[in-house]
Amino acid sequence: MLQIDLWKRVLIWLTCVVGLLLAMPNAFYPRVEAHNDAVADQAVGIVSENTEALIAGWPSFLPSRLVNLGLDLRGGAHLLAEVKVEDVYAARMTSMWPEVRDLLRGERATVGTIRQQPGPDTELRFKISKPEAIQEAASLVRGLSRPVTSITGAGASDIVVLTEGDTIIVELSDAEKLASDQRTVQQALEIIRRRIDEVGTREPTIQRQGADRILIQVPGIGSASELKQIIGTTAQLTFNPVVGRASDPDASAGVGNKVLPSLDEEGVYYIVEAAPVVTGEELVDAQPSFDQNNRPAVSFRFNPTGARKFGDYTAENIGSPFAIVLDDEVISAPVIQAHIAGGSGIITGRFSVEESTNLAVLLRAGALPAELTFLEERTIGPELGQDSIEAGRIACIVAFVGVLIFMFLSYGTFGVFANIALIINVGLIFGLLSLIGATLTLPGIAGIVLTIGMAVDANVLVFERIREELKSAKGPARAIELGYEKALSAILDANITTFITAVILFAVGSGPVRGFAITLGLGILTSVFTAIFVTRVLIVMWFERRRPKTIEV
Amino acid sequence: MRLRLVPQETKWDFFARPTLWLGISGALMVAALVSFFIQGLNFGIDFRGGTTIRTESAQEVVIADYRAAMEPLELGDISITEVFDVTFEEDQHVTMIRIQAQEGEEAVTADMIKKVEVQLQTVAPDITFVSVESVGPKVSGELINTAVIAVLLAIGAVLVYIWLRFEWQFAVGAVMALIHDVVLTIGVFSELQIKFDLAIIAALLTIVGYSLNDTVVVFDRVRENLRKYKKMELKEVLNLSINETLSRTVMTSATTLLALISLFVLGGDVIRGFVFAMIWGVIVGTYSSVFIASAALLKFGVKRDWSKQANTAGNKFADIDA
Repeated sequence: MLQIDLWKRVLIWLTCVVGLLLAMPNAFYPRVEAHNDAVADQAVGIVSENTEALIAGWPSFLPSRLVNLGLDLRGGAHLLAEVKVEDVYAARMTSMWPEVRDLLRGERATVGTIRQQPGPDTELRFKISKPEAIQEAASLVRGLSRPVTSITGAGASDIVVLTEGDTIIVELSDAEKLASDQRTVQQALEIIRRRIDEVGTREPTIQRQGADRILIQVPGIGSASELKQIIGTTAQLTFNPVVGRASDPDASAGVGNKVLPSLDEEGVYYIVEAAPVVTGEELVDAQPSFDQNNRPAVSFRFNPTGARKFGDYTAENIGSPFAIVLDDEVISAPVIQAHIAGGSGIITGRFSVEESTNLAVLLRAGALPAELTFLEERTIGPELGQDSIEAGRIACIVAFVGVLIFMFLSYGTFGVFANIALIINVGLIFGLLSLIGATLTLPGIAGIVLTIGMAVDANVLVFERIREELKSAKGPARAIELGYEKALSAILDANITTFITAVILFAVGSGPVRGFAITLGLGILTSVFTAIFVTRVLIVMWFERRRPKTIEV
Repeated sequence: MRLRLVPQETKWDFFARPTLWLGISGALMVAALVSFFIQGLNFGIDFRGGTTIRTESAQEVVIADYRAAMEPLELGDISITEVFDVTFEEDQHVTMIRIQAQEGEEAVTADMIKKVEVQLQTVAPDITFVSVESVGPKVSGELINTAVIAVLLAIGAVLVYIWLRFEWQFAVGAVMALIHDVVLTIGVFSELQIKFDLAIIAALLTIVGYSLNDTVVVFDRVRENLRKYKKMELKEVLNLSINETLSRTVMTSATTLLALISLFVLGGDVIRGFVFAMIWGVIVGTYSSVFIASAALLKFGVKRDWSKQANTAGNKFADIDA
């Protein structure tokens, strides 16, 4: 008969309680948000007089995760940028020319003189005056190739050298183009992230989308053009001679010198010459690599002018340190081991592989690697978002109350059970949203309202079924049991089909649509749970206590 | 005393006048398609590129003045509409300005927005831009594609699911009902020229989900009754099943509509189009699950021999208990 094992009851109630606890912070949104901000500030050492009070405003033993509010509710800016990855091919080819020229000049006896030819930006074309030696020349140039540094392109070489009569054409190989695109977008992403982090806004979303696009969403910022300005500013990378070290920022530096803090060593300052030897504008590439002892290192390459300046400086200053400075912070200050000619060098230090990768990214992060085109821009004012939240909240409450009354009028006592389940249901949705850190958007609110309307469906199915079973004159307990049993396949089929559409929406949609898909999908899960477990436990508990001879549904 | 939207026991014949219902649905669908091809949809910037600006001002809006102020900027096709809503304050006057995608530019420049603002300030000095959204032609083209793919994928996935759980006739019936709902919704949007943007696609997919929900509940009962009354005529079985589930169908539609209508009235103008699509979808979806899906099932006929899988297919989930 109507029985539910104790452990199942405990599990069901426990799920509800955990869900509601997770949802609770959202009921005190401003307070919890202030608490979270204060905790975050304290973690990085920013303490003001009311930090303690703000932290105390929300007990730390309670969950403090909140549902993120989407841009349409909080206001802010949204940009979709496309990275022009081809820019990088052209830059690579341009910087390769001096290398090729110097190499073939050394072999003038066999290949004769060389002359560059006009052609597309992404390839290098030149003629040699002794066409009969074209194959030798080509194989010499091939000698300049490097292996592609990516997992998929491993083993391939980075350039393709073709011959066409007396003309040699050099271009990047497909594998290298792919690897280059990958790096370019990653680098652009890293730079954008750094720039936005410096401004210190809350929870920016910076995501790669597709092969060459970056999605940037920053809540609370005034406008999309403001955001574009932040992204557009170039970080300044310089290489400066080090004069000495200091332990406090006010150390006297001397004329023409300045004191800069170290990026990762606390309390360490460097006194460096203010005039840089080379700047990051002259850097063409930086890659994580390994030194001769197989320790993680970073290799880098300058353009020809940078290479000359850097070569001269290192030749004269072997044994003394120089500082790599990014935005007035010293990334590292290695000691020059040898004269670095040819414009490429290697930075060694006590790096882990991860650190060397990061440093390479930071070095490249001086300027954006390629131009960005903005395909989509949206600015939503905070007032509009506030209005939408307000309207959404009122609509939710009215919908909620309306459905509660309607259910009570239609099903009496059983309606009350369904209503309790509905309240738990909405709580669970918010609990799950907070747990997975999902973003609530305006269509997302609509999804919740829709769920409120549809959540009762499963209960309606069961109740209607119980009514039918009662007609065939079985006892109430049997009718309730049959009602649940027979309604189950309809409930599951109906909800699975809706869930399928929610999943597709989530997979294909973007932005607000995705927000809608999330609340709809979670709503289906929680409403099935509450309808087939929670109301059932409620009804069974009621039934056990009252033992009614007849029931009216 | 209970509130009852449907009498306790109904014996309505839903297939008494099949031609009438089919005729009405057919005529409506033709009208929807005609409207779609002649008028076309009022695509938002998500789908055709361009810029929309939402302005707010304490002064009365005279659209002609706004238009005149923007004339010198030569921005091509501009549409300006005033927005009204119950949630607005007394002196809150809101307009939506839509500017076509500009030649040779992916998205608007900050420059142009500034110019528009300066021009409009000559008419309404306190005007503010509460939101500015701009989508380039490249992205809008892709958004259309993904939207169409999403709708087709959803319909396809559902077709497969129902086919697996029921029989192919059920799947075809359900999908016919879905196409009916989607076509009629698009028809309403083109006829009333309501802005059709990304959110509406979400609404369309929800309609797909909701309509199915209804259809599946009816089909589930049909399957059960086909097993129970092996000798009964298919038409009778369908009628019986629809009548038995009618009370639930109406109850669920009523609660959903109750929630949606409150959102429509109180939820603000930003999502009104979206909510409108869903309200329409719930009504059409409820109708179609009875008159289209079941009618299709009647037309195709169903394999009646369920004896072999009687205890497996239908009750696959029934052994899950609380």
